[in-house]
Amino acid sequence: MTSIPQSLSPRSAPAEIGGARRHHPGYSRWTPFFFLAPAVLALFSIGIYPTLFAIATSFRRYNITRRADQQDGFPFVGFDNYIAVLHDRGFWDSLLLTGKFYLSVVPLQIVLGLVIALMLHRPGWGLLRAITRVSLVVPLATTYAVVGLIGRLVFNRDFGVANQFMSWVGISSSDWLGNPTGAFVAIVVMDVWQWTPFVALIFLAGLSMVPVEIEEAARLETKSPWALLRHVQLPYMLPGLTAVLILRSADVLKLFDTVFVMTRGGPGTATDLISIYVQRVGFKVFDLGLASAQAILLLILTIVLSRLYIHIFYREIE
Amino acid sequence: MMDATRIRSLLHALGLFVVLAFALFPFYWMVTSSLKDQTELLASPPVWFFHPTLANYMDIFADTKVTAAVVNSLIVAVSTTLLSVVLGTPAAYALARFEFRGKADLWFWFISNRMISPIVLALPVYLLSRQVGLLNTHLVLVLIYLTFNLPIVVWICTDQFRSIPPDLEQSARLEGASQFDIFWRIYLPLGLPGVAVSAIFAFIFSWNELLYALVLITSQGLKTAPVVATNFMSGYELPWGKIMATGTVIVLPVTIFAMLVSRHMIRGLTMGATK
Repeated sequence: MTSIPQSLSPRSAPAEIGGARRHHPGYSRWTPFFFLAPAVLALFSIGIYPTLFAIATSFRRYNITRRADQQDGFPFVGFDNYIAVLHDRGFWDSLLLTGKFYLSVVPLQIVLGLVIALMLHRPGWGLLRAITRVSLVVPLATTYAVVGLIGRLVFNRDFGVANQFMSWVGISSSDWLGNPTGAFVAIVVMDVWQWTPFVALIFLAGLSMVPVEIEEAARLETKSPWALLRHVQLPYMLPGLTAVLILRSADVLKLFDTVFVMTRGGPGTATDLISIYVQRVGFKVFDLGLASAQAILLLILTIVLSRLYIHIFYREIE
Repeated sequence: MMDATRIRSLLHALGLFVVLAFALFPFYWMVTSSLKDQTELLASPPVWFFHPTLANYMDIFADTKVTAAVVNSLIVAVSTTLLSVVLGTPAAYALARFEFRGKADLWFWFISNRMISPIVLALPVYLLSRQVGLLNTHLVLVLIYLTFNLPIVVWICTDQFRSIPPDLEQSARLEGASQFDIFWRIYLPLGLPGVAVSAIFAFIFSWNELLYALVLITSQGLKTAPVVATNFMSGYELPWGKIMATGTVIVLPVTIFAMLVSRHMIRGLTMGATK
C-alpha cells in the first residue's frame, strides 16, 4: 500500500496533487532514503544492536564474576533466566512498589497540576502569572541527581528543613530516610516537586486551546466555575490527561537518578523501584543473564505502553 | 469592606505566590546551603539568615575534580547535541515532506525511543563497550546519548518543518535547486527556532544524565558532573557545603538558560500532548 495523504495536514498536500501516487513529482523515490539513512543507521546500531545483544545474553548463564561461567563460554540455558525472574519475589515486589509509587505521585500531580494550570489561566496579576509560569521550568531543568542530593539534605534527620516545616505544624521530627514509610514519602515529595510543573504546563496548554469566544460565552451563561471547568474546559484537557498518564508511567519505570542518590533503594527495599533493582542485579551481583532477562521484560512492558501512547496521540500522521 | 471579587483576586495572587515558592524552594535551599559554612549547615533547626560565604566554591574549584567534571560534561553534551542535530534534521525533513512506504512505522519507532528505560540498554552497552574497548571514553557517552537525543530532534523538527509552506520548496525546485539545497537553504534557516529548541533539549538531557555516565565511565578523570556530585555521598561526615556548591554549579547555568528560553521549552515539553 502506498501511503494515503488524506490524514496529512492540508498544507503538505501539494506534493500529492495531480494523482501522483506512485510517481512523485520533483524527487526520486530514493531521495527520502538519503535524508533518513544517517539517523536510522545511527539509532539502529546504537539502540537495536545492544538490544539484540541483551536478548542473546538473556538466554545464557552469564555471570562475569563467576569463573565457571566464563570457562564454559557462558552456556545457553534457554528460558531459565526468564523463569528465574518470573519466580523472583524481589522482581515482583519491585514492580509492585513501582506501581504503588505511580499511584502515589500521579494523582497528586494531576490535582496540583490542574489547580496550578487554572490559576495560571485565570486573568489578572499578569506579571506574577508570567513569573510563576517561567519558574515552573526550574524543577524540570534541574539535574535529577542533584534533585536527589537536595532531597538528602532537606530530609536529613538532624538538620533537614523538612523536620522544621513539620515542627511548625506541630509534628515531631523524624528520621525520614531512615525508615521505610518516611523514605517512600520523601521520594514521592521530590517527584511531585519535579514533575507537577510538567503536568501543570500540559493542562495549561490544553486550557489555552479553548476558543476565547466559547469560554466568554460560557462565562456569561454560568457563574459556576465548576460548570465552566466540567463542560467547557475539561474536554480540551482530556488529551493532555491521557498523555500525562502514559508519559508518567514510562517515566516512573525509568526513574533512577533521584532515587539512587537519595536512598539507593533503601532502607531495606522500601524504595527499591524497578530500575534500581535491575541495576543492582546487573552491576552489583553481575548476573548479566538474569539482569538482561529483567531488562527485556521491562522493555516489553515499555513497548506496550509506548504503542498505547502512540496509538492514542499520533494517529494523525498514519 | 471588600467584595467577593476582590477577595477572589487576592486569593488568586496568594495561590500564585505559593506555587512560585513551591517551584523555587528546593533550588533556593540548594543555593543558600552552598553559601553557608559547616556550622550553619549543621545547625538544628536550620538557619534561614546567615553571612553568605563563597568558601565552598573556593574549595571545589581548588580541587581539579569538579572543574574537570564540568569540562567533561560540556564536551559530551555539546558533541552529542551537534551530532543529533546533524543526523536528526535531515531525517525530520524527510518525515515532514516526503511520502514513502513505512513512514508511519519509522516515525513511531523514532518516538518510541523516548519511552525506553536507560537501564534496558545500560547492561548490553556496558558489555559491548567492554568488548570493543569503548568503556571510559567520551565517545561511548556521546553515542549512547543519541538514543534519547535523536528522537527529540526528529520529533520537534518534523513538527517545525511541516509548518514551512511547501510552495517555497516547489518554486525552488522549478528553479533547479537540488534536494539538498532545498533542505540546507530553505528548511534549516526557516526551521531554525525548532532546531534550536531541540538542541536545547538535547543539551539539557545530556548534561543531566546519570545512569549511563555512572556505569560506562569508571576512571576518575573522565567522570561527568552529575557523577562527581553524587560521589561526594560517601563517608561518615558529608561535606554538605561542597555538595550543594557542586550541585549549584551543575544546575544554575542550565536553569537560568531554561528560564530565558522558557516559552520554547514549554512549547517543546507540551508538544504532542495537546494535539
